[in-house]
Amino acid sequence: MSFLFYAGGAVALISTLFVILQTNVVHALIYLVLSLLAVAVVFFSLGAPFVALLEAIVYAGAIMVLFLFVVMMLNLGQTTREQEKAWLPPRVWLIPVVLATVLLSGLLSSFPANSIEVTEVGVMEVSGLLFGPYVLAVELASFLLLAGLISAYHLAKSR
Amino acid sequence: MFESLGLLPTFPLLGFLTLFLAGGFLPRRMIGLIGAGSIGLSFLVALSIVMPFLSGDSEEVRHVVYTWLSVGNFESTFGLYLDGLTVVMILVITGVGFLIHLYSTGFMIDDPSFSRFFAIMNLFVASMLILVIADNLLLLYLGWEGVGLCSYLLIGFWYTDPENGYAARKAFVTTRVGDTSMAIGLFLLFTQLGTLDIQSLLVFAQDRWDIGSGFAIAATLLLLGGAVGKSAQLPLQTWLPDAMAGPTPISALIHAATMVTAGVYLIARMHPLFELAPNVQLLVALIGLATLLIAGFTAMTQHDIKRILAYSTISQIGYMFLGLGVGAWSASIFHLMTHAFFKALLFLGAGTVILSLHHEHDIFKMGGKWRQLPVAFASFMIGSLALAAFPFTSGYFSKDEILIGALAVEGVGLWLWLGGVVGAFFTGIYSFRLVFVVFFGESRGHHDEGEVTGLAMALPLFVLMVLALLGGFIHIPVDNVFSHGAALGAAHEEHSVSTFMHAVMIVVPLLGIGVSYLFYCAGVFSVSSLMKLPLAKTLHSFWYSGWGFDCLYKLLFISPFLWLSKVNRRDVVDTFYAGIVVLSVFGNAVSVRSQSGLLRWYILSIVIGIVLLVSLGAFL
Amino acid sequence: MDTIPFEHGLLLASALFALGLVGVTTRRNIVFVLMSLEIMLNATGLVFVVGSSKWGHADGQIMFLMILTLAAAEVAVGLALIIQLYRRFKTVDIDVLSQLKG
Repeated sequence: MSFLFYAGGAVALISTLFVILQTNVVHALIYLVLSLLAVAVVFFSLGAPFVALLEAIVYAGAIMVLFLFVVMMLNLGQTTREQEKAWLPPRVWLIPVVLATVLLSGLLSSFPANSIEVTEVGVMEVSGLLFGPYVLAVELASFLLLAGLISAYHLAKSR
Repeated sequence: MFESLGLLPTFPLLGFLTLFLAGGFLPRRMIGLIGAGSIGLSFLVALSIVMPFLSGDSEEVRHVVYTWLSVGNFESTFGLYLDGLTVVMILVITGVGFLIHLYSTGFMIDDPSFSRFFAIMNLFVASMLILVIADNLLLLYLGWEGVGLCSYLLIGFWYTDPENGYAARKAFVTTRVGDTSMAIGLFLLFTQLGTLDIQSLLVFAQDRWDIGSGFAIAATLLLLGGAVGKSAQLPLQTWLPDAMAGPTPISALIHAATMVTAGVYLIARMHPLFELAPNVQLLVALIGLATLLIAGFTAMTQHDIKRILAYSTISQIGYMFLGLGVGAWSASIFHLMTHAFFKALLFLGAGTVILSLHHEHDIFKMGGKWRQLPVAFASFMIGSLALAAFPFTSGYFSKDEILIGALAVEGVGLWLWLGGVVGAFFTGIYSFRLVFVVFFGESRGHHDEGEVTGLAMALPLFVLMVLALLGGFIHIPVDNVFSHGAALGAAHEEHSVSTFMHAVMIVVPLLGIGVSYLFYCAGVFSVSSLMKLPLAKTLHSFWYSGWGFDCLYKLLFISPFLWLSKVNRRDVVDTFYAGIVVLSVFGNAVSVRSQSGLLRWYILSIVIGIVLLVSLGAFL
Repeated sequence: MDTIPFEHGLLLASALFALGLVGVTTRRNIVFVLMSLEIMLNATGLVFVVGSSKWGHADGQIMFLMILTLAAAEVAVGLALIIQLYRRFKTVDIDVLSQLKG
């Protein structure tokens, strides 16, 4: 299981790096899907199969397809590659990378040294909690989705 | 019966309110009726109070209308107080006031601001009455400031001329110096004696303070400051000549008969306090003497008919101060009354001259007017005789008493007397210089104008003529007020006044009149040949400028103040606040630059904040 | 079942988060910005799942589900906004869309 964790983790990191470095939107999207799938593998290795499935289906599937549709609608492809390259000279990376490194090192120093006994927390437990104590949160989440749906429809409408 | 004391200021106050609120809608006859009538009613009330007071045993009366303020252990009542001194004052104020109001109904009839004039005049009389019938110093101070305000409003009555506004401001600011001193005096008296009620205050003072003690000296000095400012004595006398910018009846009522004598009244009212500070009392006498001499010299050189009378007023109040200073309290009050009569007469006569000659003020453009202006001539003749203390006119009696009182003082008494006599000599010169130049000799202009007169204007003149001539025979009922002082003076009088001195006091003013006759009427001596002497010329210009006091004050106070305000044009204190403004404008500019609208910079700044927080948590 | 060091899970999440952060602050194309935002959200979800398996509770996974819902709604609105902005300004450069500076 730990092999799955490290392999998934490595793939996720590398593909995410490619996402932010890519100039082609579609390629970047594919890398993002790969990264999300790798995170799903990590979830599985951590003993959370239900969440891993949802990650693969909802995140890597539905949401990314939404992105893909939009990219297709805007017709951002080969034509904007040169533009992207012009927008990304090496110097613009400097400050964000430094800041992110400082943040990461700050976070690293605060991690407790501990180990995880991987035990599977399956669908039963999750759904038991989901429709038990957290049922109100689920309802609120459904409202959020409804609101997102309506506002997306409203905003994307062409006048 | 004495409850009607409260009615005294009520009628003028009602008159003021009516005229002030509805004056614009009333016809002129009505305005005149209300304006003069309210004072007339007040005079009748005063008579109804005074008659029983005099026929009774002349005991003082107190009547509290209501409690005005009550804070902690301090209580100030709207209390009224009547004694012999008050009786004299209210009769002078309402009596002379009524005559002058009556005169004004004729004098001011063509003025566009007829109702405003009478409204403020009525307010003035109300304030002045409150001043003299108040039983505590706070209420007195209310009246004191009230008359100051009215004086300011009336000097600047013709406000379209900036000169008049300047004169009004000068009067206001100058008297304010004195008033501030008086207010501090009141604070001192209250903190030390715990009351402002005049009668108990005087009793406390005599109980607690020794003669010549520091507090007594300080308190009397501060009160003297107030009196000096209001009564135009040295060194605050400069405002009165300029105050002549107002209409002539104002000069008669406020700047001759009543308001300027408020300082005399104050000192007379507080005389037991001044007796506790003999040095300050001597100072009062010296101030009076210096003022009467300086003003007398100046009056001889002036050209403006009203300025001559103004300086003569200053000089005569100087006599009153001299009387107060030597402890001749009742003589001072007597002179206050007679002065009110003859000076009001002179001013109203001057008003007739000025109005008849179309607002001509320069006496050297008149001349030979006695045929042309008979009533004014009679007024001036009688007024000047009284002013110069011609025997058996009113001024003679009162000035005589003051000078005799001065003789009674040990040590400097003879010098004070001598100074007073010299002043009387000059009084004779300047008063008859005025008469001779205006009414005798050949006419130097204004040949055709007839005398503006009417019953409203002539009647007050006739009444005042009688009073100025015979006022000296009135016995003022102030013996109870100044009982101990009077007894003291009488004792000295017995052996210190010789026949020779009496003769001197009679002859000297006559000499002055004679000199004036030789110069200005007979032409035996000529002023212009005298002027050829450089010394005389210098002295003349020096005296003409009022002994250079205006220049001195300009140099001492006005110029430094103007210089300071010029230097400090951009208020130094303001730079601090301007600094705050600059700082916030700068901060605004800086933070505006941070609001670039570039989302990535916003995110970056959020990240920097997070990094700082995490580092704080991690590394500390 | 073997063990995985807890800090390694957190390190992975932090690294993903930092990468997303670099993406958000660097890219000018608004689509990339939105994608980087998704990476950061996902990293946050990962922390919850790691915590969930550390203590053997299902609560962390439920939090992840909430984040998932949030991400879905956010992406829907965000993409709608991108479409609308592109229609109006014919660009995906967020530096051009700086009317907010007032």
